[in-house]
Amino acid sequence: MSYLSLTDADREAMLAAVGVASVDELFRDIPEGVRFRRELDLEPALSEPELVAHLSELAARNVDAGKELSFLGAGIYDHYVPAVVDAVLSRGEFLTAYTPYQPEMSQGVLQAIFEYQTVICELTGMDVSNASGYDGTTVAADACFVAKHATGRERVVLCETLNPQVRQVVKTYAPGFGLEVVEVPHHGGVTDPDELREASADAACVIFQQPNFFGCLEPVPDLAAAANDAGALPVAHADLASLGVLEAPGAYGCALAIGEGQSAGNYQAYGGPHYGFIAARSDFIRRMPGRIVGETTDLRGERGYVLTLQTREQHIRREKATSNITTNQTLLALAGLVHLSWLGPQGLRELGETCMALGEYAKDRLGLPLVFPEQTTFKEFAVRVGRSAKEVVREARAGGVHPGYALGRDYAGLDDALLVAVTEKRTPAEIDRLADVLGEVTR
Amino acid sequence: MAAEESYPDNLRYHAEHDWARIEGDTATLGITWYAQDALGELVHFEPPEEGSSVAKDESYGEVESVKAVSEVIAPLSGEVVGINAKAVDEPETINADPYEEGWLVRIRLSSPDEVDELLDSEAYRKLLEEQ
Amino acid sequence: MKLIFEKSKPGRRAGSLPRYELPKADVPEELRRRTPPRLPEISEPDLVRHFTALADRNFGVDTGFYPLGSCTMKHNPRVNERVVSLPGFRDLHPYQEEEASQGALELMWRLQEILAEVCGLHAVSLQPAAGSQGELTGLMLMRVYFADRGEADQRRVVMTADTAHGTNPASVAMAGFELQKVGTDDRGNLDLADLRAKVDERTAGLMLTNPSTLGLFDEHIEEVSAIFHDAGALLYYDGANLNAVCGISRPGDMGFDIVHINLHKTFSQPHGGGGPGGGPIAVRDVLEPFLPVPAIVRESDAFRLDYDRPQTIGKVRGFCGPFGVFVRSYAFIRSYGPGLREMSEAAVLNANYLLARLKDVYDLPFDRLCMHEFVLSARNLKRVHGITALDVAKRLMDYGVHPPTIYFPLIVPEALMIEPTETEAKETLDAFVDALRAIAAEAASAPAIIRDAPHRRPVRRLDEVKAAKRAVVKYGFEQHPDLGQAPAEGKAVEVQKGA
Repeated sequence: MSYLSLTDADREAMLAAVGVASVDELFRDIPEGVRFRRELDLEPALSEPELVAHLSELAARNVDAGKELSFLGAGIYDHYVPAVVDAVLSRGEFLTAYTPYQPEMSQGVLQAIFEYQTVICELTGMDVSNASGYDGTTVAADACFVAKHATGRERVVLCETLNPQVRQVVKTYAPGFGLEVVEVPHHGGVTDPDELREASADAACVIFQQPNFFGCLEPVPDLAAAANDAGALPVAHADLASLGVLEAPGAYGCALAIGEGQSAGNYQAYGGPHYGFIAARSDFIRRMPGRIVGETTDLRGERGYVLTLQTREQHIRREKATSNITTNQTLLALAGLVHLSWLGPQGLRELGETCMALGEYAKDRLGLPLVFPEQTTFKEFAVRVGRSAKEVVREARAGGVHPGYALGRDYAGLDDALLVAVTEKRTPAEIDRLADVLGEVTR
Repeated sequence: MAAEESYPDNLRYHAEHDWARIEGDTATLGITWYAQDALGELVHFEPPEEGSSVAKDESYGEVESVKAVSEVIAPLSGEVVGINAKAVDEPETINADPYEEGWLVRIRLSSPDEVDELLDSEAYRKLLEEQ
Repeated sequence: MKLIFEKSKPGRRAGSLPRYELPKADVPEELRRRTPPRLPEISEPDLVRHFTALADRNFGVDTGFYPLGSCTMKHNPRVNERVVSLPGFRDLHPYQEEEASQGALELMWRLQEILAEVCGLHAVSLQPAAGSQGELTGLMLMRVYFADRGEADQRRVVMTADTAHGTNPASVAMAGFELQKVGTDDRGNLDLADLRAKVDERTAGLMLTNPSTLGLFDEHIEEVSAIFHDAGALLYYDGANLNAVCGISRPGDMGFDIVHINLHKTFSQPHGGGGPGGGPIAVRDVLEPFLPVPAIVRESDAFRLDYDRPQTIGKVRGFCGPFGVFVRSYAFIRSYGPGLREMSEAAVLNANYLLARLKDVYDLPFDRLCMHEFVLSARNLKRVHGITALDVAKRLMDYGVHPPTIYFPLIVPEALMIEPTETEAKETLDAFVDALRAIAAEAASAPAIIRDAPHRRPVRRLDEVKAAKRAVVKYGFEQHPDLGQAPAEGKAVEVQKGA
């Protein structure tokens, strides 16, 4: 099967117009020494029905959220994706369009990104958002780059309660950026502002997460103040799903707000593609990485949208660019816009309240000791299961339920800890089932 | 919108399309008509800080149009004693009047001998023809 | 057209969520949201109409010809959308147990094997989220490779061609290397003399795309490769132009040590208005130990994630990368099999056909057969009629096609970079030729219609200067006081009692 239109007659006419005798002659400039003369060692072409059968067979061997009741979170969540999201994303005019460098051809995408930027700014309390980053990990590296250039400092401070993959990605980018990375440990599941202040002397930025990786609510106004006291930029790694009930980072003193957007509009999809968001106060607008859409007018004075401040970007500023990012995650950000528009402010608040209420119900029904009993949690909480959490997961799955993420993988002393995520898709009956299964397995 | 092409005789020029007007021990600096024409309508001027030093042949700031960004090269060395707020607030002034209203910075010269290395308007015009 | 916020009305709502009769859990006061976010308040019918109207104002490959050079705007097969939506892929959590994710792991492993074969290299990481990130990852690999050999301080310079895409120098800077540029000769090849003069023991490597952004295959690629390898440096291949050479010439055979592939170019992942993409990298065996974690490995019939990689550079993106992109690209490749070669042959034939029919109408800077794309110059139109490449691009919109890439590569003035791809029919190409010829004629007879173009799009030519001078980057609620008010308390939804 192929997607070519070329017939033999077409080929003949075109070769004649070019003035060569064969298709092979078109490649005459390629030195023979690098010419590939055998056939590619790939399996034979599949027809469409065979292709669907093959992919279906592969998919069938995955135990997805439809097949197994799951309380896995740890950065990627089983939120409800409304049907309108699928409907909008299937429009070929969005799906198959390129980056809107020719604005008159792309007002649909440009206006959608402008609306997305507005929504992100509203949720985070910031003045400017870009059109998306790759995911919730790389936007942290982006934020460090912005902070380094804004402050001239080379140290960045990460809370230990920041998602482990986010910290790992920042550390991978750090050598190239010339950054020194320092981590501040948690105490009782949250970060101590005084300890943070001390660690942030000479830091370009401080990144904390709200709610943090354990699902605990950090004392974020104090953390932001601590960073500001030290002259470091406070950066909040936030969850869009929480921003109907939790305060906006811009309202408690942050310079930047970043995060993983998957909770708004995206399926779990084995980790991607999703989208990262990055928003900042207006003083950072010229240092923002990635695409930014701005409003303008056309020849007749009608309102329209264009990519703006492009001189920040790689195609103009090249080696002095604020980032090398080109292709980002527009379609997934569009999904986020649709989902958040479907929810509205009332719906987003209800979403947050329901996640919290169900979370409390789950804590109560599970009856397992909380790892961090003093903390308020959002959407996730950690419990101790009395033995290896990894084994508990295995046994619970045998009982038909995936009970959550085994924290021992990322944190010392937490081998017996399980991170349980409860989204608005979980019902009290499902939570009862989790309680039953875990009860059996932790007896 | 932009001025007519001109390269006033009372100025000195640098090969990177910058000019200097010598005024005793200070000089006013800017970009030439050729530079503003090549860049297109300017939307941003990023100036140096007052009191900072600039060095001959090195960048002291940036100008940006929609599609291009260019460093502004210092034709002479010195200390920045003045920045043209109008060029910062209304960068299109640089296009409209690159030599008067559109000046960029004023410096106190640290090495006045450097003036001799600059081109006069005739030599600069010749350089443009050869481009 | 109105913004979604201008269609909002307090109290309207599209979505519904289950509510349970459970005690409300309070957020501590100092952490609680004080002001509700001004999200749209809109019913589902109006929500759907809004996004439908936006789609109607947008042009995709599904709409018409989209010959953007270096972007490879080929048709995006619909069966790929069907398979990526299979629940076994769509609803799979990335932390699901490995034994319960074998289908996903096998798909990724097979895609790695395929990309290694297409590139003529040994090991692959699918992790990078886009071509630029692939570049950065490749440069990070270079850095640790030389550090491992005790040459970290010595090897500080990476070279790029002067025709390079802006991401190349930007990536070099982000990776902490120094940049050095190499010139192009008048056949469109790298200038070998310039190269020999610049390559020395400080050189870490070269970043190159072949064919270049001029659409030309470097005739001296073997010599270029030898110059760098003899100096102990590495070669990096920017895979943006891979569509020209699948099954015809492999980057590994050309001498490249690290390759990134753009899945959203060569392998049909839809561009989505600006992403998502995928930028996997393929490397020579000496670089394998440094690849990002986790690696996807096969052990007899099972597949697993290997985190035990002591020399890894670390992680560049969450999890294994953009999995949904892998599903589509894998499906695309499986639908061609070894016939990927025919894909590239058709891409190159289509481009040469357009070139043959257009070179007498516009300036052709390099008179050679092209690969999958070529560059023309509108320089003569500018000189004689004052019509620029930008003007030509805007007028093409009125002919129902998306303009080609303009003003790139930088070494060609008034550049028009045209890449038809393999999925276009001859009639589409002929119509494009007719449109460009008509515009060249209009330049002489009626230039004003070109300068004021486009005339037939939802907006007229947009003022990009205004947008840059006074950046308005979000909706100004304050200017519309009635929409800025707090949303009304929604109607109470019937509460489900427990379950």
